[in-house]
Amino acid sequence: MRPVSIIGIGCTKFGERWDSSLRDLIAETGIMAIEDAGVSGEEIDALYVGNMSAGRFVEQEHIGALIADCAGLSRLHIPSTRVEAACASGGLALRQAMLSVASGYQDIVIAAGVEKMTDVSSGAAADALAAAADREWECFLGATFPALYAMMARLHMRRYGTTQEELAEVAVKNHRHGSMNPLAQYRMEVTVDDVLSSPMVADPLHILDCSPITDGAAAVVLAPAERARRYAEVPIRIIGSAQASDTLALHDRRDLTTLDATVHAARKAYDQAGIAPSEIDLAEVHDCFTIAEILAIEDLGFFEKGAGGSAIEDGLTSLDGPLPINTSGGLKACGHPVGATGIKQAYEIVLQLRGEAGSRQVDDAEIGLAHNVGGSGGTAIVHILSR
Amino acid sequence: MMTMKTRAPRFWRCIPQRYNLIGTHCAACDEYYFPPRNICPNCRRDARIEEYKFKGTGTVITHTTIYSATEDFERQTPYNLAIIELDEGPRLTGQVVAPPGEVKIGMHVRPVFRILGKEGERGIIYYGTKFIPVEG
Repeated sequence: MRPVSIIGIGCTKFGERWDSSLRDLIAETGIMAIEDAGVSGEEIDALYVGNMSAGRFVEQEHIGALIADCAGLSRLHIPSTRVEAACASGGLALRQAMLSVASGYQDIVIAAGVEKMTDVSSGAAADALAAAADREWECFLGATFPALYAMMARLHMRRYGTTQEELAEVAVKNHRHGSMNPLAQYRMEVTVDDVLSSPMVADPLHILDCSPITDGAAAVVLAPAERARRYAEVPIRIIGSAQASDTLALHDRRDLTTLDATVHAARKAYDQAGIAPSEIDLAEVHDCFTIAEILAIEDLGFFEKGAGGSAIEDGLTSLDGPLPINTSGGLKACGHPVGATGIKQAYEIVLQLRGEAGSRQVDDAEIGLAHNVGGSGGTAIVHILSR
Repeated sequence: MMTMKTRAPRFWRCIPQRYNLIGTHCAACDEYYFPPRNICPNCRRDARIEEYKFKGTGTVITHTTIYSATEDFERQTPYNLAIIELDEGPRLTGQVVAPPGEVKIGMHVRPVFRILGKEGERGIIYYGTKFIPVEG
């Protein structure tokens, strides 16, 4: 296996993009990434696109060929593959692209992610998302995604004394970060009171504990590290990439307050990178709900199990803290177009490591981590990137 | 848009599990499975799988009350959902029929046969198991 670098990035504005179709979003981000890398169409060997459910959201499948077509590459007949792992589809696309370059089989490969979610009612969108859980043995009985994470939150609160205020602090921090990100869906700040007084979705999670329904797309261009300098002034090396699975249904997990898939993927990624969690300068983690960020920063080894809530309340994961988490605003404020999220996380880390993150720039960032989860933890994907 | 009309076999083939909590038991490692598994993750090819009817009594491990649901369940809100550990060991997800706020971690529950949902006015009505608190 040979080292792989990211040589170009692109990301659309996230939000309710009523004026843009799935095709528009993918064309917009594809052009950005290709221009940023300075590659020509003829150089591109393959495309991978993460997309969870275009079939449900826009009644369109066969997204691989579609994105090559929309990106103006149809006459080059480049192989284009859609990959799916629910909300981790983007991270999976990045990993598949990375593997194809690392193997030596292909050189210039694009990893993209896209989801167009606002063409259906919010109820239909919620039901499409529920397909990431166990349809037969969770959703059929009335489970929703917020409900599954609410049940994790309830047990975490019981075992470790985590409070609703600590959960709310995740949203407060991520909205503050999002206010500094021009691509974020929500640029307004919220307070703990705002979160706690917002409507209850699934007790103890309020609507402001949940990530939103979002349209958006993102793309990155990969190349063998030895050729990366030809394209990029500051190529960003992928020094760790790992994926792990677990039971689809939450109730079958070993522990309901740990995502074992995250633990396993993180361990493998740290091993590959040859670093400890303490060497990470910043991370984008999968905060589909506020409790998910608390679980993530524990399961990634940044804080002891049970200490995540107080770490956030103490500001340890704020932009000016020792380990900034979700500088993009996270899924909570930047938005969560499910198939695009994993690629947007890599986009944010690359931006930070290049020193191009503007008012939310983390000083002297050298190593960043991106953590993408599918479903309630059936899949976890961890990438570690380095300047 | 997007309302899917499901055909009966999808529900019909799950009747033993959904109505009567029929699962499996691996006689090789003495582990119980609900929903039924025909491949034992402990023993794989050495498994000795047999059918088993669960008592249906169990304990609430964690729970929530859902105020905003998917379209099929919107009319039932608010309702309680819990992860329940059956007395034989396996865990499942199910509704607990009780006023919001009355479900507690550690509460004992027993099964009841209920309508789970229906697909519109003329669609399939599907049944299954919910749970209620055990008194005392």
